[in-house]
Amino acid sequence: MADIRIDRVTKRFGDVTAVNALDLAIKDGEFVVLLGPTGSGKTTTLRLVAGLEKPDEGRIVIDGTDVTKAQPAERDVSFVFQQYSLYPHYTVYQNLAFPLKSPLLKWSKPEIDARVHEVAGMLHIEHKLKNKATELSGGEMQRVAIGRALVRRPAVYLMDEPLSSLDAKLRAELRVELKRISVELGATILYVTHDNVEAMTMADRIGVLNHGRLEQIATPRDIYQQPDTIYVAQRLSSPPLNLVDPSLFGIEAPAGTSTVGVRPEDITIGQPSGVEGSTTLVERLGAETVAVLQVNGTQIQALVDPQATIGEGETVRVGVAENAPMFFDRDGRRIDAPRAGG
Amino acid sequence: MSTPKVLTPTESSTQLKWFAAIVVIGYAAISLIPIVWIFMTAFKGTATAISYPPAVFFDPSLEGFVNLFTTRSRQSAEYLAQLPPPETWWEEIVRQNDQVIAGPSPFFGRFLNSVIIGFGSTFIAIVLGTMAAYAFSRFKIPLADDLLFFILSTRMMPPVAVAIPIFLMYRALGLSDTHAGMIILYTAVNISLAVWLLKGFIDEIPREYEEAAMVDGYTRFQAFRKVVLPQAATGIAATTIFCLILAWNEYAFALLLTTNRAETAPPFIPNIIGDGGLDWAAVSAGASLFLLPVLIFTLFLRKHLLRGITFGAVRK
Repeated sequence: MADIRIDRVTKRFGDVTAVNALDLAIKDGEFVVLLGPTGSGKTTTLRLVAGLEKPDEGRIVIDGTDVTKAQPAERDVSFVFQQYSLYPHYTVYQNLAFPLKSPLLKWSKPEIDARVHEVAGMLHIEHKLKNKATELSGGEMQRVAIGRALVRRPAVYLMDEPLSSLDAKLRAELRVELKRISVELGATILYVTHDNVEAMTMADRIGVLNHGRLEQIATPRDIYQQPDTIYVAQRLSSPPLNLVDPSLFGIEAPAGTSTVGVRPEDITIGQPSGVEGSTTLVERLGAETVAVLQVNGTQIQALVDPQATIGEGETVRVGVAENAPMFFDRDGRRIDAPRAGG
Repeated sequence: MSTPKVLTPTESSTQLKWFAAIVVIGYAAISLIPIVWIFMTAFKGTATAISYPPAVFFDPSLEGFVNLFTTRSRQSAEYLAQLPPPETWWEEIVRQNDQVIAGPSPFFGRFLNSVIIGFGSTFIAIVLGTMAAYAFSRFKIPLADDLLFFILSTRMMPPVAVAIPIFLMYRALGLSDTHAGMIILYTAVNISLAVWLLKGFIDEIPREYEEAAMVDGYTRFQAFRKVVLPQAATGIAATTIFCLILAWNEYAFALLLTTNRAETAPPFIPNIIGDGGLDWAAVSAGASLFLLPVLIFTLFLRKHLLRGITFGAVRK
């Protein structure tokens, strides 16, 4: 196991700057999730660490060694691709054994055999070992792909949206499984996703990427409660963050505030302190209920008590919970809170 | 009167199926009749081969094959009478025409030249073509499109159009009538086909396969060999057959640039002279034998050809 240091790394593809002066330090045994939308540079970051891309500027250090110019094979990392990328001409067994048969490792046949069975057992694919890779279901393929990363004990595990192609149930199962494995192995993992739930549940720290820049990196709790920017606050809010003018709720805002952010769960309904609004839509999702409200011509989304008997077209008093608003300046920077995490 | 059956777009009517069958059978007949004719003529014997009207039913004879592999001389009846009785069946066939075997014909050597030059140039074209196609497919090569167009442009005129410059070059370089010269020539002609066909096949193979292998401790070349090549097998097999057929059947350059040492079978076969003109039975026997290696080779690779292009485990 090892730590990773990404030192002001920039990567351009033609006119597009995919990764822009990125600084990121991942501690030994840490599970870091990079969160961002398509095109935010998260996959490129992973590929730079793996050596599948070479940075235009900056350095990458794994376990104290500068690997910026090293070949992928020399870096002792393993990579789970977003697409399954199992070798279709091999069986599951051969796919799992492939990294162990690399010319860099000199494992004996019984050692390889034992390790393949161990990993297959861990991922519940032992009964599929003799199948061709093409004969598996999507979930099985993805487990084999993860298994192929786990057979070795590399310095660093890199995972590029490994769960994105799975159905919800399997995704939840594998999420738990991956977290368990990471704790058991004490593995250093850099994991890329656009899924908030994956990031919040698995990460020791979450890094939010935006246009190739790291907006913020902090623990899931801090990044949710103390976002540095509107972008980060929006990224981790579901239903979407309410961005309103400071005057809307008559909130006392610090000087320089241009936008107030209020999370849907921090909107109160029926409190006497609120201002008058009306419900336009009520979405009952089971465990939670989302009310879409109009307040002085601004649309507000609120997470309300599923038991509440709120109906559409009603006039209600809409307020904001105390200490809940986040104040952002003109550039979208948070101005009321100390920088969290770090 | 019954109501006509309503067809879905994927179904075809009985009439259409019949029509398709007739077209296919007709095409097959037109393509195959000359080949059947050659095989029949090969077994007709020298005299029957040129009979008119052509014999459809005849006593099969191996005379054509014997004549193909031997040179013979005609002898007087007195000389033949004093000879001991023929020891082998081929001597017997020859004696019936008042001839004796003078020695082996050059056919076997010509056939061997065809094998060496045809398979040799195909092998080199495929090896170089696969590597070039991989490079064009995977790396950022400066002027890649122009280079690919240049490679393709070598096929934009019939190669024979440059026969005279090549003839002069080969004479100056001492490559005329050599195996190396013919292998170089056919490789050069085939390589553009190989690069273009194989680039298409390799483009279809997702990069993730090699990248996964490279991260897992393999060099790019090892990843190419262990991951890309097996998946490109279908494409390589198809390309190999195309290149082999082209090199195997090439006639014009072989006629022009080879005379003896490196002469291939195509210019040799049509010139097998018998008594009083072309020995059509021997020519047909040669053509029949000449078909076999490509036929066997194609059958051998058939499973790769039919197995379809990578239906890989990569989600598109």
